[in-house]
Amino acid sequence: MKAKPLLFFACLALVGLLAFTGGASQSPKKPQIQDTVKWPAKFGFGRTATAQEITAWDIDVRPDGKGLPLGQGNAAAGKAIYALKCAACHGAGGAEQPGVKLPAPVLVGDTLAKSKPKSIGNYWPYATTIFDYIRRTMPYNLPGSLTDNEVYSLTAYLLSANKIIKQETVLNAQSLPKIVMPAKRLFIIDDRKGGPEIK
Amino acid sequence: MREEKQNKKISRRTLLGGVVAAAVVPVSTSFAKYIQIGLPVDDPTKKIGPGPGKLGKRSPFEQPFKKPSDISSRTPLQDLYSTITPSDLHFERHHAGIPNIDPQKYEMLIHGMVNRPMKFTLADLKRFPSVTRTCFLECAGNFRTGSENMTPQDILGLTSQSEWTGVMLSTIFREVGVEPKATWFLAEGSDAAVMTRSVPLSKGWDDAMIVYAQNGEAIRPEQGYPARLLLPGWEGNMNIKWLRRIEISDEPYMTREETSKYTYPVKDKIRMFSFEMDARSIITFPSFPQKVERGWIEIRGLAWTGRGRVVKVEVSTDAGRTWNDAQLQEPVLSKAHTYFRYLWQWNGLATEILSRAVDETGYTQPSLKQLADARGTASGGYHMNPVTAWQIRTDGSVLFKPENWKS
Repeated sequence: MKAKPLLFFACLALVGLLAFTGGASQSPKKPQIQDTVKWPAKFGFGRTATAQEITAWDIDVRPDGKGLPLGQGNAAAGKAIYALKCAACHGAGGAEQPGVKLPAPVLVGDTLAKSKPKSIGNYWPYATTIFDYIRRTMPYNLPGSLTDNEVYSLTAYLLSANKIIKQETVLNAQSLPKIVMPAKRLFIIDDRKGGPEIK
Repeated sequence: MREEKQNKKISRRTLLGGVVAAAVVPVSTSFAKYIQIGLPVDDPTKKIGPGPGKLGKRSPFEQPFKKPSDISSRTPLQDLYSTITPSDLHFERHHAGIPNIDPQKYEMLIHGMVNRPMKFTLADLKRFPSVTRTCFLECAGNFRTGSENMTPQDILGLTSQSEWTGVMLSTIFREVGVEPKATWFLAEGSDAAVMTRSVPLSKGWDDAMIVYAQNGEAIRPEQGYPARLLLPGWEGNMNIKWLRRIEISDEPYMTREETSKYTYPVKDKIRMFSFEMDARSIITFPSFPQKVERGWIEIRGLAWTGRGRVVKVEVSTDAGRTWNDAQLQEPVLSKAHTYFRYLWQWNGLATEILSRAVDETGYTQPSLKQLADARGTASGGYHMNPVTAWQIRTDGSVLFKPENWKS
């Protein structure tokens, strides 16, 4: 008990010292307070993740096809799933309907760069993204509930409705990454690095 | 600790508090549970107020509120006096609602191009050396116009600032051992959108953090409880909330958010991977719907840049013909809201007041016309940072000046 006030004042002094040197970065002359203890190579916190744990969460798909699961689908099957699970929000057929405000984005349009609104046909640079996005987050009211075959089929339906693949094309882990999206040539990477130019 | 012990010994204090609370409002009413302060009285020096409470409340005379839509909720910037956004007023943007995550069950997985794939509990993350940093967070789609009756909240209320505490991502990278050939990482949330973004690995080594605290307490659910990614200065969407997984990779994943969502037409192309938020400022006082009086007015506002420090804010009180330097409130932090002030004597004539920020790279916040000239008029609302003008009418009313820029 007796030591406590001392400790309290020691803390106060330390806080004061830290506050005083807090602005050290603005004035290089003042000494900076640094950790006096060297960091270990590893702290040893956390644990090794098991292969099963990684598989359970690792659902991402890259443009090169890495992450695509087994299974397959086609546009005819996808059209039926779409009508049942997607049309309520994205509209029958997925295209813009004049005078109708849909609760979810338009998915089907044409592949012309200047056309509106944004759709898979004119604004999605990678076909793998469609699979990845549907699988992780759709349908909105039941995310993650679709089987991989259903996701392949929906992807096929949307690509076919946007006239990017033929109706009979079978999509799987091999064929999906090979699709070249019409919008890909439009995308450029931001190269601004600051400086006076307005770009 | 000492305070608590004293309270136990000296019961007079607790006793008095209880008596006072009872005297001010009947404890039995549900009203008493909500309002810890007394009912307004004519002369507060003649009536004892309520005693100490468990949770502080705002004065009932102060009513700052976020402005929610279906997808976001905007910070009332016009109600704030400095740079920190109170946590309950921090803007919200989420894509499938706010998940309810049990911190005891929370785990963060890091795998891919690492020596050892690992899982960390929240307690594990908190054991690592911690860092506290104040910085802004701004949604990439933070520009609205179209009506004179718009407040700063309506125009750009999707920016907020907090003091964040957590572990540097580089510390976690060291722990798992990142392979030298890795160049990107994927961050994934555990909300129903299972939100994902690709981030250059260099940002992870530079100043990225996994944060679990905001303004001194546990992070709010709306902001990613129990832990989120923080990428100082970079567009809000990349700062993945409710972070559950990081995968180290040698290429970007081209997720929906970084391809068909947070991208924008620039002339005949579509620009992607705009990470840094460009320099921006807004006068928050005076602004719509406030009214001003002739005479001295301290013009006040916020300026920020994702590319380092704000080095200068200029204010014009003559509709942009001349510009003068505003005072910047110290300390000016990197990638942080910076408060500026400019003293002005208003002569009562109609005019326009504007502000523009200059950042340490030499970039000056552009006008809407400069942006439209550079990018075309189909650019949409992403990464727009135009100068905002307020019209001052002779009757002292202040109105936003919407500019028509769409062809």
